[in-house]
Amino acid sequence: MVKQLTVFLENSPGRLAGLTRALGDAGVNMRALMVADTAEFGVVRIICDRPETAREALEAAGFSVSVAHVIAVEVPDHPGGLADVLEVIGSVGANVEYAYCFVEPGGSAAVDVFRVKDAAEVKEALREAGMRVLDADEVYATGS
Amino acid sequence: MFQPELESMAPGDLEALQLDRLNSLLGRVYANVPTYRAKFDEAGVAPEVDDLTGLADLPFTVKDDLRAAYPYGMFAVPLGDIVRVHSSSGTTGQVSVVGYTAADISNWSDLMARTFASAGGTRDDIVQIAYGYGLFTGGLGAHYGAERLGATAIPISGGNTKRQVQVLKDFGTTILACTPSYALLMGETALEMGIDPHELPLKAGVFGAEPWSESMRTQLEDVLGITAIDIYGLSEVMGPGVAAECTEKCGLHVNEDHFIIEIVDPRTLRPVPDGEQGEVVFTTITKQGIPLVRYRTRDISRIVPGECACGRTFRRMERITGRTDDMLIIRGVNVYPSQIEQVLIGIPGVAPHYQVVLSKRGSMDHVAVHVEVGSDVSFDEIKVLERLRNRVGAEIASSLAVNLEVKLVEPKSIQRSEGKAKRVVDLRNEGSE
Repeated sequence: MVKQLTVFLENSPGRLAGLTRALGDAGVNMRALMVADTAEFGVVRIICDRPETAREALEAAGFSVSVAHVIAVEVPDHPGGLADVLEVIGSVGANVEYAYCFVEPGGSAAVDVFRVKDAAEVKEALREAGMRVLDADEVYATGS
Repeated sequence: MFQPELESMAPGDLEALQLDRLNSLLGRVYANVPTYRAKFDEAGVAPEVDDLTGLADLPFTVKDDLRAAYPYGMFAVPLGDIVRVHSSSGTTGQVSVVGYTAADISNWSDLMARTFASAGGTRDDIVQIAYGYGLFTGGLGAHYGAERLGATAIPISGGNTKRQVQVLKDFGTTILACTPSYALLMGETALEMGIDPHELPLKAGVFGAEPWSESMRTQLEDVLGITAIDIYGLSEVMGPGVAAECTEKCGLHVNEDHFIIEIVDPRTLRPVPDGEQGEVVFTTITKQGIPLVRYRTRDISRIVPGECACGRTFRRMERITGRTDDMLIIRGVNVYPSQIEQVLIGIPGVAPHYQVVLSKRGSMDHVAVHVEVGSDVSFDEIKVLERLRNRVGAEIASSLAVNLEVKLVEPKSIQRSEGKAKRVVDLRNEGSE
């Protein structure tokens, strides 16, 4: 299972910069970052090479961090690629809480990240449908 | 009890003592304090009463009288007789200065010794005094009381929380004296340092100098593994030691042999019967340095009717539920910040650290409650946070009968106080949001 860090942030100037600086100082390399915001606060979701180091660095810098387990799936770079994946997830009755994607440098595929309940069942279904579900190590590794 | 012959005296004897001391006080202030001579003459009343009900016809003293007399104008004895001064903590506006004679300091020491004894303290206790020492009455007041009791005083004063925790552990502190919000910070800090307060000899907390709630008591007792009692005092009247809970925890016994308490309706200023809420008014019947007649505290409380199981006969005042000047009137509803704390403590996922922020939106007052997200809440999904915010809003609305905007803020982002917690931030004079 891929570990994602979620950080609670107030909407105020400099908070996101402070967060990323804390990660940089700890030598953590981010693979993906997604900001979800409401009117007064936001949550920042991060996938990086060393989630535990990152969590410790952020907590030491005064951020509030929780760890979520997400699924990462390689999605072929052609029209309808993502729809194929989502249809498989829908076919087992799973609801996607949130999703975002990032592209491997120089790669021909995108990586889509999903947060679902019953993740084991969803992974099984994706594999049966011939999709490539990535291991944590593959997602954390930098470059490709 | 530290002075059982006084603390459990028969009510009839107490009234006779109070009347005698009141008339002595009235004579002294009329003769020696120009402010009082003017007040009495203006009101056309004599500085003498036939019985205690006559007190209700005498003029009040307010904070502004003390400010106008800054620094020494209301002292009733020559400065040569004053052995110490303190000043008010300046909660609101300009400070005022109070002076003590040697006899005042001795009485005050007795009252604080009573306070520690009513928390279960004896000469064998080790008292860590984390109230600030200095012009604030908390530190030295508690210090003299602990020594008068014969206990061991640790005069650590406020601040440097990690060191406080280390001393708590290394010196074998059994009684902690500080503000309740600081005690909570010490508890949190101890846990962060890997020290479980339950494994320490600490058994009691004597907490005051700011209003706190019953649910905060539960939390303090849980975190620190202690009996937490509420104490009350204000520098104008004496300092800490004016009133204190006993271990029955059902109201604060007012030291009525030194202070006459009245509860008055804040609008009509007439005394209300025991049991009814109103503004607390004190007359200091033994004080020499700066005695006060009918001092309006602006604190809201009531007298708890009935007798206490502890055997003390002094009447009890309920813990302070608010201040006439802290009271927020929000869309016609009276709101005391302590009520908000009461609500927050009942909701998992938020910390009982909050601020009420007042601002202007156009010409309208806008009120937002800033609440810290608990460090234990899983907030990966925004809907969890939104549900939490809505729940806080709904529970405030149902307990306080007013809808307030709730804003979730980062854990530990609201400044922790080493003295009085700043619960209300008023930005209304700083332009629109």
